[in-house]
This record gives sequence, C-alpha cells and structure tokens, in this order.
Amino acid sequence: MYSLPYIAQQIVNGLNLGSIYALVAIGLTIVYGILRLINFAHGDLVMVGAYLALALILNTALPLGAAVLVPMIVVGGVGILVERLAYRPLRGAPEVAMLITSLAVSSIIQNGTVMSLSAQPRAFRLPADLIAQQQVGVVSFSTLEAISVSVAIGLMALLTVFVTRTRVGVAMRACAENLRAARLMGIDINQVIAYAFAIGSALAAVAGFMWAGRFGSIEPFMGFLPGLKAFVAAVIGGIGSIPGAMLGGYLLGFAEIFFVGFLPPEFSGYRDAFVFGLLLLVLLVRPRGLLPTTAEREG
Amino acid sequence: MLLEVEEVSVYYDSIQALKGISLRLDAGELVTIVGSNGAGKTTTLLTISGILHPRRGRIRFDGQDITHTPPHELVRRGISHCPEGRQIFTGLTVAENLMMGAYHRRDREGTVRDLEWVNTLFPILAQRRGQAAGTLSGGEQQMLAMARALMSRPKVLLLDEPSLGLAPLLVDRIFEVIQELRHSGVTILLVEQNAFQALRVADRAYVLETGHMKLEGPARELAVNEEVKKAYLGG
Amino acid sequence: MLNKNTLLYLAVLAALLFAAQTLLNDYYQRILAVVAINIILTLSLNLTNGFVGDFSLGHAAFMAIGAYTSAVLTLPVASKATLMPDLPPWLGQLAVPFLVATIVGGVLAAFVAMIVGIPVLRLRGHYLAVATLGLMVIVRAVAINWTAVTRGAKGINGLPVFTDIWWAFGWAVVTGYVIWRLVNSTYGRAMCAIREDATAAAARGINVTAHRMLAFCVGAFFAGIAGALWGHLISAITPHSFSFLITFNVVVMLVVGGMGSISGSIVGATLMTLVPELLRSVETRLSLGGHPLYGLSQIIIAITIALVMIFRRQGLLGGREIRLPQLFDRRGADAVDRQASPSA
Repeated sequence: MYSLPYIAQQIVNGLNLGSIYALVAIGLTIVYGILRLINFAHGDLVMVGAYLALALILNTALPLGAAVLVPMIVVGGVGILVERLAYRPLRGAPEVAMLITSLAVSSIIQNGTVMSLSAQPRAFRLPADLIAQQQVGVVSFSTLEAISVSVAIGLMALLTVFVTRTRVGVAMRACAENLRAARLMGIDINQVIAYAFAIGSALAAVAGFMWAGRFGSIEPFMGFLPGLKAFVAAVIGGIGSIPGAMLGGYLLGFAEIFFVGFLPPEFSGYRDAFVFGLLLLVLLVRPRGLLPTTAEREG
Repeated sequence: MLLEVEEVSVYYDSIQALKGISLRLDAGELVTIVGSNGAGKTTTLLTISGILHPRRGRIRFDGQDITHTPPHELVRRGISHCPEGRQIFTGLTVAENLMMGAYHRRDREGTVRDLEWVNTLFPILAQRRGQAAGTLSGGEQQMLAMARALMSRPKVLLLDEPSLGLAPLLVDRIFEVIQELRHSGVTILLVEQNAFQALRVADRAYVLETGHMKLEGPARELAVNEEVKKAYLGG
Repeated sequence: MLNKNTLLYLAVLAALLFAAQTLLNDYYQRILAVVAINIILTLSLNLTNGFVGDFSLGHAAFMAIGAYTSAVLTLPVASKATLMPDLPPWLGQLAVPFLVATIVGGVLAAFVAMIVGIPVLRLRGHYLAVATLGLMVIVRAVAINWTAVTRGAKGINGLPVFTDIWWAFGWAVVTGYVIWRLVNSTYGRAMCAIREDATAAAARGINVTAHRMLAFCVGAFFAGIAGALWGHLISAITPHSFSFLITFNVVVMLVVGGMGSISGSIVGATLMTLVPELLRSVETRLSLGGHPLYGLSQIIIAITIALVMIFRRQGLLGGREIRLPQLFDRRGADAVDRQASPSA
C-alpha cells in the first residue's frame, strides 16, 4: 500500500523535522534544568534566526554557511541579553512570575519584529540547486535537507563533547543537578547560565534556518508553534536532560510525520492536536520522560 | 588568625537563625561547633561560605572582609565548604565530581597532584572514577564529597556533619581521615552532631544553641564539662 | 446579598449605562462593551490562576468554544443553510435567542473543561500551563478542521450583533456576583488554602482535585460566556480570533490588577482595555522617520508587565479588595458588631 520510496521519504522528513525539534528542545531543556524556567521566548529566537538568515541571504553575497553561523552568534547574544535583563532580576521569584515574564519577553520579540519589519510573511527563497530533490536509491532528498540534518547532528555531537569534556560544560550539568552545591564548588553560576542561554539560543537560530527552509516562508509569529512543540519533545525525553531533548525531538518529529504520512488525509489537519495529545499522555503516564535526570529538585 | 566571625546575625525572612555569634579559627587548627538540630550550625557554615548573608556583623578571612563576597570568589580565596548531606552531583561521574571541586584552579600540575593525593586518602574513589556518583554507597558518597572539597586546595575546610547517617565503622574512618587532613596542614572548621568524636579530634570547640554561642573553649575541657556532657554526650 | 447598598450601586451602574447609551457614539459604546467582556474574562481567569493558584493559559480555548457554539445557535436558519450546508439537520433548523445561546456556549465550555480537567489538573505549575496551551492548539485544530460546523479557516461571519453595553455589563455583574459568592464561601477559602499549600490543604481534609475542578469549570463557563458576547459584538469569528494573544492580554489584566482580588481584576481589565486602546490610536499616528510603528502598543504592554513582575509582583491592588463605601445600614453594621463582641 505504501511504497518503499514513500516510506523512505517519510523517514527523511522525520529526520529533518526531528532535527529541528531536537535543536530547539535542547535550549529549552538546558535552561529549565538550571533555572526551572520554561522560556516561552525561546521559540521566538527561532524566528529571529530565520529573519537574520534571510536578511543575510538577500542582502549579502556571503556563502550560505554565513547565513547559519552569523545568526547563531547574534541570537546567542540576544539570549544572553534577555537572561540578563528579564530573567536575572527574577531569580528566586515564584514560578508564576518567571512564567509571565517569559511570556512578556516573547511578546516583545514578536511585536518588535512586527514593528520594525512588518507582520507580512516573507518568502524564504534559497538557490534552486540547493532545494532540488535528488534521488539516491529509494530515497529522495534535497541538498539542503542533507546539509541541515548533518549540521544539526554535528552540532549536537559538539554539544555532547562540550558537556562531558569541558569544565564549563560539566559545570552546566552540575548546576542543573544541584545549584547550591555548584556554587560551593566555586562555579560562577551567572557565567554558566549565560553559557546555557547562549548555546540554547544559537541552536535555536540554526533551527530557524531549517524551519524557514522547510516551509518556505517566515512571519513574526512563526516561533510559537515550534517552541511549544519543542517543549513537548523536551518533556517526552525528560525535561532537564540534554540526551532526552535530542531523543524527544526526533521521536516527536517522526511521530508527527508518520501521523500525517500514514493516516488518511482527513487527519492531517489534526497534527498539532496529535502532538499535544502525546504530551498529555506522557505527562500522565511517565511524567519524568524517557531519560529522566537525577536532579535533586522536583520539576 | 585565619578566619574571624564577628557578632554575626542571620535571618531567614523574619526568623533569626543566628543571634550575634562570634568565632575564630587560627591556621592549622581543628575547631568544632557542636549543637543539636536546628541550633544554627549549618547556617553558620553557609554564612561563612557566602551562600547566606548576615544582616549584622562581619566575617574576615586572611585579613580581608568577606562578609558580602560571593561564594565562587570565596572558593578562589581558599574557603571550601563540604555541605551537609553530601550533595554530590549524582548524575555526574566520580571523576567529574572531582573535576568540579577543582573548578576554579588554573594549575594543571597542582590539580593532578591533588587528585593523586585524594585518591590515596580515599582509594575507593580511584576505583569508581567512571561510575555515576549516584550509584555509590552512603559512605563512599561522603568520601567523594570530602575529596571534592579538597580538590580546590582550600586554606580552610568547612565540614558539615560528615558522619551523618553513616555506620559506626565508617564514622571512625571519616574521623581518621579528618585527623590525617589536619596533620597535613588543612585548617578545619567541623560541624557535628556527634559531639563525642568531634571533641576527641578538635583543638577547640564551640557550643551553639538556638543561634547563640553558649560555650567555647579547648575541646578537652568541654568534653568533661557537666552541661556539655548532659546535653550532648549522653550524661 | 441583595441589600440596599448593592441595589444602590446597581442603580448607579444602570444610570451610567443609560447615560452612555444616549450620549456616546457607537465606537465608544463598543469600547465599553469590550471593557465589560474583559472584566468577565479577567474575573474568570482569576478564579483558577489567582484564587486556586493553577496557572491556566487555555482561556482562549474556552472563549472559542463559547463563541462558536453560540454562533451556530443564533445564526438565522437561512444563513445557516447557505453558509454551513453540512450542518446536521437538527442544528440547521435551530435558531435560538441570544441569552439561551450564550448560556449554552458557557455550559459547553465548562463541560469541555471538566473532561479536559480530569487529566490536565493532575499537573501543576509549568506543566499545567503548557498543557492548557496545548488545549488551545487542539481547539484551534478542531475549529479549522471540523468544517461542517465551524466553516474551517474561513470562520463564521454575519453573526447578529446582539451584544451591547447592557448585555455585556449585565453578564459582568452576574460574573462578579457568582465569583464573589464563590470566593467568600467555604469553597473559596478552600481554594486559597490550596493555593498556599496544596499538601497541607489535603491533609486538612480538603478535596483538592474537586476544588480545582470547580474553579476550572466555573472559569471556563464564564470564558465561554465572554466568547459568545465577543462573537456577537464583532460579528465574525475565525479559528485565529482566539489566539494566544488574547490569553496573554487577559493574563496581563489579571496581573496588573493583582491576582486573588476581585476588584483588582475589574481595575486591571478596565485599565488594560482603555490604555492599549489609547496607545493604539497614538500608534497609528506615530511613525519613526516615516516608518509605521504597529505593534508598539503590545510592546509597551509587555514591557509594563515585565516591570510589574520585577518590581510589584502583587499588582496594583496587591491581592486586596477595594471597599466600596456603605451608605446604608451603618447602624445595622454596628449592631452586628456589638453582637459579635459582647464584651466590648
């Protein structure tokens, strides 16, 4: 009924979407692990990354790699700034206050984009040879997809090395486990938190590029849904756990693609509802996720 | 005088936990604070290591005022706090925990030498270096916590209830290690509920009761003091 | 509590509404109606978020349910035949008075809240917030895809404009009354206890789940009412009318007024309806070097809320209530006092 090429195509799509969710979920989970904050503004950084990438593509002759690298750096900086201005004053405040502030930051970023650019969607056009589909055996994919997924996986591998082999990386994990003990070790938690936001935001920028490439257009409110779905992915994988975010991201990506790809077309409009149905299921059946962390405090 | 706490008062919201306490620590000494649960012993150590801030009073270390210095800076200056309940990083490996203890250090050689040293103090840690710290037994976790604190090469080591919850054999071993540390020149401020062992190893002692420093003096004298015997040494 | 003071204030309100109806033009009357609808939304959100302490972000979903339900019910039969030919016949033949349609909308919203609440209210804090956001996404997906009833992304237009300041404020008074009674009853005290410390409340024998469910459903009911009123004010609704933006704005009103205070919600809703309206009219006239500044009003609101969170988390009223002057029964009150403290 479903041909092999079709199934292979769904797998490729799943890899692509899964990579996007994984990249965004990592940023959410790192910040949550250390601060217990759900950064609602994180999804909007995906949007900012996409807009920056488009600006570079349209206005400069720089190679495509720059359209990924430069937004990473800029959005990483934005993440550090947001933390410093909006979240640091609220350290130790009740959960609700941080939640509301992150909603406010999200609104500021979204409406800032509306104000300075416009609410109109813009086409995210890439060179034709990049998005042309190629056939390799049963599988058909575009160069863009191949590169994106490789870059995403490469970045995740780099991150894993960072958090297992470097001082600051291990400190990040230590802070997520036990913030007070980390302070007693001489770890400057402000510095670690800045790193956490920088890295998470940079990864979100890459996800922005991939999302824009996938859907072909960008608009100021596009970050809401990926941000929310990435949170679902992070929860499925185990909030606070980086490997969990990666696993959750890919699982969710595949689940969503298979839901749309293998169920009758009347269902495809319900893909978002499906994702949240999954979230509810996980929260009720296995709330700590698939790869729970051993953090001292409860989530 | 290496460390001096002067008339320090600490509040938790509106509740006063420390009521103008004073203590001092000279280089090379082993001083202990004994007292029952809730007396404020942990609060005292947390205030010295910078996690808590006194509303009144001063703390001086090596001649400098450190009353409001942030914790990570204090570790750099040589104060290391081995907290109550061990508080090791359970998801990290033993080796990573020790790496965190040495976080502020820039001297590779010195760090490697100290790592060898703690491995001789606690051989079990070298065996388990790749294991997740959460899989260690209670006693091993305590040793890891102490080793971790030592990796920062402290001038002053704050030890909070190292014997808590450990079997008597392990308690003896812990206090042996404390004596060894002392002999190797580490200045130690030890907080303990186990007053008997604490007074045995210490030079001087303080008795803390509901936020007040009730008694102070050479450990030997306090060990035979009538009040202390009745309250903390089982009569 | 229909004592002389309440009647006096209701009479004052009625007089003000009558004056507004005669003196103000349609545009300003509409703004007033929106103020009242926002009061209903804020009061109902206050019940879950402020009094019980469950931070729900799904209010827009319940509004949508109320709006769509009431729309399908009030739309004239002829319109339904053309706009929604696939509607099941019993619905297609139905045309219902506004009051009934509004109430049915509210009831349906409350019903959905009850069903959704069973799994969702097991969560707390962040997880609850995201789960309720998920509810909004689900409701929107249904609205877009159940085209037979909702007309999908096109939405329903041509809703009869029933809502005026009398309906809006009438319902606002009802909402205020119900919530005021609820909060000042044993239920309300239990809810506050749950907010302070759910475990301690459970230990005292309070059925935590039941109370949270009660707050959630009552809140959803009035959100549904507000949705119905809103739909019949703007006359056209689409799945995107009930977006996260609405929920966020209601949260802002709630927080500005102060969570856990009924008068705070009224103040917050009024303020944060009128101020953005003002800002919006300024925004259209402002431009930076010829560049229009859409979205500026939202940014100002968001910055305000961030500042409130940093500097005055408890909102304008700090969780306290405004005491309206009691012009009648002063002696009666003294008499009660003397009875309450005989030794005085």
